[in-house]
Amino acid sequence: MIETLTQPWPWYVAGAIIGLIVPTLLILGNKHFGISANLRHMCAACFPSNIPFFNYDWKKESWNLFFIGGILVGGIISTQYLSSPDPVIIHPDLAKDLTQFGITDFSGLVPVQLFSFDQLFTLRGLIMMVGGGFLVGFGTRYAGGCTSGHAIMGLSDLQWPSLVATISFMIGGFLMTNLILPYILAL
Amino acid sequence: MKTKQEETDFEVRSLDTMCVNESELVHPWWYNFKYAAVGVIFGIVFIKAEIISWFRIQEMFKLQSFHMYGVIGTAVVVGAISVFLIKKLKIKTVHGEEITFTNKKFNKGQIYGGLIFGLGWAITGACPGPLFAQLGSGSLAVIVVIASAMSGTWIYGKFREQLPH
Repeated sequence: MIETLTQPWPWYVAGAIIGLIVPTLLILGNKHFGISANLRHMCAACFPSNIPFFNYDWKKESWNLFFIGGILVGGIISTQYLSSPDPVIIHPDLAKDLTQFGITDFSGLVPVQLFSFDQLFTLRGLIMMVGGGFLVGFGTRYAGGCTSGHAIMGLSDLQWPSLVATISFMIGGFLMTNLILPYILAL
Repeated sequence: MKTKQEETDFEVRSLDTMCVNESELVHPWWYNFKYAAVGVIFGIVFIKAEIISWFRIQEMFKLQSFHMYGVIGTAVVVGAISVFLIKKLKIKTVHGEEITFTNKKFNKGQIYGGLIFGLGWAITGACPGPLFAQLGSGSLAVIVVIASAMSGTWIYGKFREQLPH
């Protein structure tokens, strides 16, 4: 049993569990699946600064903060107790592309050669960590949701604006990975 | 008597946000631990299915792997069947409350914001959920990405009125 759990899980298992989170949250207390709103709740809790967008009863949404707290703990549990001893398998073409840019360490889920405190002092690291994070926080709120809220919850509820948002996410991602990121990685 | 802020609170909370607490019930704060428990499962899935992997996200956008499409596709199908059944069978919450849905209105933010988020997603290899799982998995530097994402949300909130919607 433990051996099965420590292997990387196939997409249909992961997808089914994530899909089931939608009704679980609804049935547990009429909560709509979403993550990115937490960034707004954190702003509302820490730096509301009289901005109307951050002046609301964020405590009413504190379930959402508990939810991401759980995600953090799940990350710890799974890394400590369920991690696979085998290296992560990467598509050979991707490995080849990345090697050109000096990224050769494929051991972790997050490449340490791009995302680490040392990298913050390089232009490439600064753009990717600070710039990338900014775009995620700004974009998700402007779009009104992220992959969870729009692509999974919104599409599950057949909301067409969520389909528009999801298509936009994908277009943005394709543009970045294929056209812009090579220039950033080359820095 | 309700103050003006309380009356409009739902509107403000739901502004440009998908997930809103639609429940009218008030519970002790520790009831929220059930959502933390669901989060733990989500976090484990994130890691075990390598959804938080920067490499998997690059493979998705380079069409080198079906994995992420499979994960999101399956999640949407399972989620959609669940929502359909909840509506059809009028399933109630464990507290006996009716489960409600609010239709989303289209605005241009879903396009502009969506594109901006997509650019960021491909750089960081993570959407907001995986960022927290990455932090839990021991990539402590991701705290910088999360702080920066918070500042992005704050800047959006500050300039919201000036942005096209």
